[in-house]
Amino acid sequence: MRLILLLLAGIFVNNYIFSQFLGICPFLGVSKKVETAAGMGVAVIFVIVLACAATYFVYNLVLVRFGIEYLYTIAFILVIAALVQFVEMFIKKSSPSLYQALGVYLPLITTNCAVLGVAVTNMQNGYNFIESIVNGIGGAGGFTLAIVLFAGIRERIEFNDIPKSFEGFPIALIGAGIMSVSFLGFSGLIKL
Amino acid sequence: MNKNLTVLRDGILFDNPVLIQVVGMCATLATSTSIINGAGMGFSTMAVLVGSNVVISLLRKFIPDTVRIPCFIVVIASFVTIVQLILQAYLPAINDALGLFIPLIVVNCIILARAEGFASKNNWIASLFDGLGNGLGFTAVLVIMGAVRELLGSGTILGMTIMPEAFPKTLLLIMAPGAFFTLGIFMAIFKKLAKKPVSEDEE
Repeated sequence: MRLILLLLAGIFVNNYIFSQFLGICPFLGVSKKVETAAGMGVAVIFVIVLACAATYFVYNLVLVRFGIEYLYTIAFILVIAALVQFVEMFIKKSSPSLYQALGVYLPLITTNCAVLGVAVTNMQNGYNFIESIVNGIGGAGGFTLAIVLFAGIRERIEFNDIPKSFEGFPIALIGAGIMSVSFLGFSGLIKL
Repeated sequence: MNKNLTVLRDGILFDNPVLIQVVGMCATLATSTSIINGAGMGFSTMAVLVGSNVVISLLRKFIPDTVRIPCFIVVIASFVTIVQLILQAYLPAINDALGLFIPLIVVNCIILARAEGFASKNNWIASLFDGLGNGLGFTAVLVIMGAVRELLGSGTILGMTIMPEAFPKTLLLIMAPGAFFTLGIFMAIFKKLAKKPVSEDEE
């Protein structure tokens, strides 16, 4: 039950984009078309789940064991960068069609703060292995939901008449703000 | 020297990291709830940016081209850890307020973008000025946004109440949506005012 709540909280209540501000760069960068947004979302879910598992083991088996927890920032970012590189090579070899679909987004994910963010959150909240994974799926699912919905809105904005100085990013941010208001409606729904 | 000042000015104004380059959005949106938080985040980022720019620029002849990104990230992450330990020791209140976003300076695109785009091609003095300029530009946006949101959202400046009791506080502004609205309006205003023709290349 707790795990289901954790998952739903990640997707709706603590949505990474609209309440935690994690992963805004790809959110604004690749949300011009619904298909590319969905591709990015899937790639992020994939990498975040792997990163949750990898950083969990690195933290508990290496950093805690040698008493160097304060180096977690360096350790986590290296693990994530290596992981993304490895995933990219692995997918390229094993499934060229998936590589075609995800390829361009994978390198971008290293600097997606949602990945490092979820790893650090798991560590700070002391989640166990299963909870870490579920938290990762929830967070990444929320990211995917947000970016796909937002891409749908942006596709429509393209055809609208907007004031000159609001074209591009400003109107996108205002749109994101309005979506964020609607996500506020979920707050307080789930208490962990 | 003149060139360095141009680099400094461009970082603050015409190439402002937030308003023109549109990088480092996560930190901007999340920590501009008040002046103190904005300044804390801005100066922490600036410290990391200046440090990593200088070190990367000094090492640029020794770092092989193929593994440069991991090398940059290690340098940046080291500086972030240093800043984080300093904040924990001397400014615990700011450290608690910024929380997760201190370790996340590592993935702030501003820093990697300056390392890759500037420090790896220029000498260390120019890189120092580039770091200062971009850092100040980033801090300025955070502080101004923090001031607007703090004033309209809770009626205070630096924690002191300055609006009269009857002033309707726009609570929305210090919550998550307010960050998006404020930044969107700021960008629109800046676009209107910036003299140098702004190239319209949003990714």
